[in-house]
Amino acid sequence: MTTTTLGRSKRSVADLLFDICNTLFLLALLVLTLYPVMNTLAVSFNQAQDTVRDSTFLWPREFTTLNYSTLFQDGLIYHAFFISVARTLLGTGSSVFCTAMLAYTLSRKEYMLRGPISFIFIFTMYFSGGLIPTYMLIKNLQLYGTFWVYVIPGLIGAFNLIVMRSFMEGLPESLVESAQIDGATHFSIFLRIILPLSLPVIATIALFVAVGQWNSWFDTFLYNSSNINLSTLQYELMKKLQSANMSVGGTAESAFASSKNIQANIVTPASIRAAITVVATVPIIIVYPFLQKYFVTGLTLGGVKE
Amino acid sequence: MSVTVERVKEHTQIQKRPRKWSKLRSQKALMIMSIPFLVYVIIFAYVPLYGWMMAFQNYKLGSVMVENEWVGLANFRELFQDENFIRVIRNTLAMSLINLVFGFVSSIGLALMLNEVRKVMFKRVVQTVSYLPHFLSWVVAANLIMNVLSIDGAVNKLLVSLHIIKEPIMWLSEQHYFWWIIGASNVWKEIGWSAIIYLAAMTTIDPSLYEAASIDGAGRFRKIRHITLPGIRGIIVILLIMNIGHILDAGFEQQYLLQTPMVVDFSETIDIFVLKYGINLSRFSFATAAGIFKTVISVVLLLAANRMAKRMGQERLF
Repeated sequence: MTTTTLGRSKRSVADLLFDICNTLFLLALLVLTLYPVMNTLAVSFNQAQDTVRDSTFLWPREFTTLNYSTLFQDGLIYHAFFISVARTLLGTGSSVFCTAMLAYTLSRKEYMLRGPISFIFIFTMYFSGGLIPTYMLIKNLQLYGTFWVYVIPGLIGAFNLIVMRSFMEGLPESLVESAQIDGATHFSIFLRIILPLSLPVIATIALFVAVGQWNSWFDTFLYNSSNINLSTLQYELMKKLQSANMSVGGTAESAFASSKNIQANIVTPASIRAAITVVATVPIIIVYPFLQKYFVTGLTLGGVKE
Repeated sequence: MSVTVERVKEHTQIQKRPRKWSKLRSQKALMIMSIPFLVYVIIFAYVPLYGWMMAFQNYKLGSVMVENEWVGLANFRELFQDENFIRVIRNTLAMSLINLVFGFVSSIGLALMLNEVRKVMFKRVVQTVSYLPHFLSWVVAANLIMNVLSIDGAVNKLLVSLHIIKEPIMWLSEQHYFWWIIGASNVWKEIGWSAIIYLAAMTTIDPSLYEAASIDGAGRFRKIRHITLPGIRGIIVILLIMNIGHILDAGFEQQYLLQTPMVVDFSETIDIFVLKYGINLSRFSFATAAGIFKTVISVVLLLAANRMAKRMGQERLF
């Protein structure tokens, strides 16, 4: 009797120690993950000259919204924000709809082209023409320097297609059959039955695509860098980052470099950069808690062998 | 007897023909819904493969592709005599390997730790926060990393105040730190996200195994070693294979955004090389050859890894 209790209490001490260490590790991870974000937020709300004097940590020392108001006085940033929003909305909407429609046809087991089309798409996951041939294709298709270059090339991704197809294959077959008996066409079955039932997977894919659209800068850099009207928020931020990197040593020096300028006595490039970073991040932070419950299922589904 | 057979045959044939016809008719709708996308993917994913011809030509801007001068493997030969290209391969492999090892160890570690947390609230908070960086763009992440690593950033302040270093270090200007900074920032960004799939795999492990182990007197570490880890072995192997196929992919945005002029010798990857020679210097044939090299090596690696997994009797990708 006594030995068992002793053994049990001994085990629970080890257990407790394990739990404490585990919790401490995870807390450290929380701090490491959040600190850079909090710090940038603090810098963006701190008075710029004060940031140059001494670095801010978690809280702004001299609170100001001047960095933001200066940022949005710049018409370019304002415009870039709207281009970013437009490409995210249009790009996500069209991509999700087209992917779902194709996935529906490929989820129909009787469809004769189901195998070949699936294979042709899956193959693109491993084999692609690469940067230069794709660049020349975009030029040849007259998409270069247009807004459509944000929407069309990324319309259907093979991975998203597979995830949607697997989900739709899991829906009960009888739904489609009974609708067919009632005389519904495939398009209306897709639109009225399959699409609403696929909401969880659609939310997941929409989140992936929307985040990808909002975050991308490379297509702007490659195809639209000469057309300032089509610049996006991320690309503007990237330009600011590059100019900071090119001035040797990064943040602190680039801030000093422009202090000859009278304007720079009020804001510095570093503070402006922090402000754009926050603006470029906020929409994602607002959206993702709503979709969080879906994406775990979505990711697990996609990870399973197709 | 034979009459009935004939009859049955006749009957099924009559039945079959309209069925086939109706099948074809119903598939017309499916075809209309899918064939435009087939055309789309052929244009956007397969037509660029035709551009591979450039690598074997001396391509001149604005010319029709087939009319260019054919040069055989000259571009490839030049590529492998180019010191820059050799260096770029070294950088790509080094950073990919660091990312692969760090990424796997850290995300499996996090999944194991989260799996041991009993307080549901705490687990959820840690998870939610650890996914967050995955959703930030590399531009934003690079900004955050630059702030933390700057001369008066938190890392320097901390290390100086702990007397680990005397002077603040310009982290991003030191060649020898660059690969590790890339590795660490990659872990920071993706750890939570990559842990999801392992956590999901862990939930499918039979709880009675753990109960049996506790009765046998196994501690937490033993249970992790003998139950949890073997339980997720299959998914680890699959992800490893998938990642090996993408080993030469690891690295464009991070390196491009975080590099400073002082570290180019260590930061340039194959993708940056292709961009620089192809787009900036308009050497299309040369850059395409470099791109082909990358794709071919990736596919070979993927096939090799898959075959290895097959031989080891593990689950595999295809």
